[in-house]
Amino acid sequence: MSEDQKPLATLADSLEEARPVNLDESELFVAGQWQLMWWRFRRHKLALIATSVVLFFYLICLMPEFLSVHEPRSEESTRAYIPPQGINFFDGWKPQLPYVYGLKGERNLETRAMEWKADKEVKRTIKYFVDGHEYKWFGLIPSNTHLFGLDYEVGKKDPLPLYIFGSDRMGRDVWSRIMYGTRVSMSIGLVAVVLMMFLGILLGGLSGLRGGMTDLVIQRIIEFLRAIPTIPLWLALAAAVPADWGVLKIYFAITIIISLIEWTRLAREVRGRFLSMREEDFVVASRLYGSSEIRIIFRQMLPSFYSHIIASTTLAIPAIILSETALSFLGLGIRPPAISWGVLLFEAQTLQAVAKAGWLMIPGLFVLVSILCMNFMGDGLRDAADPYA
Amino acid sequence: MLQFLVRRLGLFIPMLFVMSIVSFAIIQAPPGDFLTDYIAQLASAGEMVDESEILALKKRYGLDQPIYVQYYKWASGFFTWDLGLSIEFRRPVTDLVNDRLAMTLALGLFTIIFTWTMAIPIGIISAWKQYSFIDYFFTVLSYFGVGTPNFLLALVIMFFVYDWFGWRITGLFSSEYMDQGWSFGKFIDMLKHIWVPMIILGTDGAARFTRIVRANLLDELSRPYVETARAKGLPEWKVLLKYPVRLALNPFVSSAGLELPRLISGSLIVATVMSLPTLGPLLLRALLSQDMYMAGSIVMILTVLTLLGVLISDIILALMDPRIRMGG
Repeated sequence: MSEDQKPLATLADSLEEARPVNLDESELFVAGQWQLMWWRFRRHKLALIATSVVLFFYLICLMPEFLSVHEPRSEESTRAYIPPQGINFFDGWKPQLPYVYGLKGERNLETRAMEWKADKEVKRTIKYFVDGHEYKWFGLIPSNTHLFGLDYEVGKKDPLPLYIFGSDRMGRDVWSRIMYGTRVSMSIGLVAVVLMMFLGILLGGLSGLRGGMTDLVIQRIIEFLRAIPTIPLWLALAAAVPADWGVLKIYFAITIIISLIEWTRLAREVRGRFLSMREEDFVVASRLYGSSEIRIIFRQMLPSFYSHIIASTTLAIPAIILSETALSFLGLGIRPPAISWGVLLFEAQTLQAVAKAGWLMIPGLFVLVSILCMNFMGDGLRDAADPYA
Repeated sequence: MLQFLVRRLGLFIPMLFVMSIVSFAIIQAPPGDFLTDYIAQLASAGEMVDESEILALKKRYGLDQPIYVQYYKWASGFFTWDLGLSIEFRRPVTDLVNDRLAMTLALGLFTIIFTWTMAIPIGIISAWKQYSFIDYFFTVLSYFGVGTPNFLLALVIMFFVYDWFGWRITGLFSSEYMDQGWSFGKFIDMLKHIWVPMIILGTDGAARFTRIVRANLLDELSRPYVETARAKGLPEWKVLLKYPVRLALNPFVSSAGLELPRLISGSLIVATVMSLPTLGPLLLRALLSQDMYMAGSIVMILTVLTLLGVLISDIILALMDPRIRMGG
């Protein structure tokens, strides 16, 4: 935090590193904090790629209905355990518009279970912007357009079956369910992180600014929360959520449970920053100049570590998403009929289920990719957060 | 040192107390009381409700008395290892927990040993050959190790092992040893099974520790004393292993106490997926069936383990580093 004590030469060097090639020196020295951060972040190629993947995931959050093919909750017992239909781009060597083969179900006389095979006789080209089940976008705008799908069969209510990620034991489309689950899982990360930021900054700030008794009490609470084993406590709290609560109520209950334990790290960081900054020259100068306490906090102190708060909250999101997934996976978090990645993985909990239908693990891939990318993004942000370092 | 110990214990005991209240609150959380549930469970199993047994229970756990008496009776049971009755199994909680607690600790220890035997050599090589292919390879691997949730890893490994070899790698014992007492054969059987959950649980820790060893060792290697040793003509392996590595391993000693409870709490979910005979599946089952004496007691046991771990690592740290035991 003491960039003013650093020899000017080293400071210039570290700025130089981040500077785009075609920029002259005078521009570098007047560039603002955010500009410097962006230059630095941009050099982190992996973080850039990860960020675009994360943005893509949040794009899915905005319109899972549009991206889904089937109504995610409609059960069709005659279409259980259909393996993923491969999408073909070539017929022999000839490139084609993407198409799938038809489905042929045969009942295995020994196990009494349906066995599905691709019917190579029937070729169905995938259509775009097709009509499908009705939905309301954000509960407001009614529509029935979907990004892709197959045509209607004559005289049938549902479109022809298209299961690119297969179907589960109740004949529900795994792809469509993943799209809806993405919204819940990714948004829980955001909602919980906002709550966590609120608690962390408020309590950490109070602790660092007030000191004395307030500081002591808050620090003891933090120490206590950090010493208890998180997972058993989460399980116990989540189990205490009444089963008859509605979907939305459970969603917020789980969010609160997760953020109640996660805020401590941020609070510590905020407190540490405030403590170290109280004695900084520019704060003292401002105080001597007669600025009010509020002005010092919001105009002088907070802006100098916004970037750190952003970086550490970004790193908290994947942890939160993972917690939700784990809880729901055990049947204690989000519960059906709501859909989240954890709820989907709940179907793949046992070896029996997984051995029968390996594609039920696909939601795990989404969890993995989103978490890895968010971690890379957070690492990049953290490195860029202090452009003067 | 004595002063430090006193101060540290002064923190430890109130914390135990608060946590025991939290655990007790878990026991009391579900609606209805224990005795009614217990009688209902007996009745549904078609057994006669024995009036004298009910009275004995009432007396033992203070069920007809105010809540603080109930709390006292349950909490003091910790010293005599009597933590109430499980409604579902109709047996004392401690009966059910004993074996599983031992298995949980065993799994934790095995995992820590695995973590260290992986992390130390890899960390040393990565630091020694910084920016080499090996270094990059393990860096990428460790990113995946930290980023992959354990229970997903367990699922994927279980699936592929089943798919390719047809093996079911669940549980810790083969079926013939499942209900037997301990014998040499059973121990060997356990060793045959324990390596899978050990690797699954250990990847995350191994990846984390590799990063720590690498970073610490890199710090040490740039110190002048290493240069001096090299200049004096010490063989390269000695330059590396004699001093810098020893210093770089310091954090391991101090974090040993923290790692065990962390593993135990982390193993809850993996153990459920792999149906291991540890505390995890039992806790989950108790929570789902609202078997609250069991759930509360297991949470309390896990908490005691965690707090003890923190205490031990703090003491070791203080022994090693005078700055901590003198200062705040």
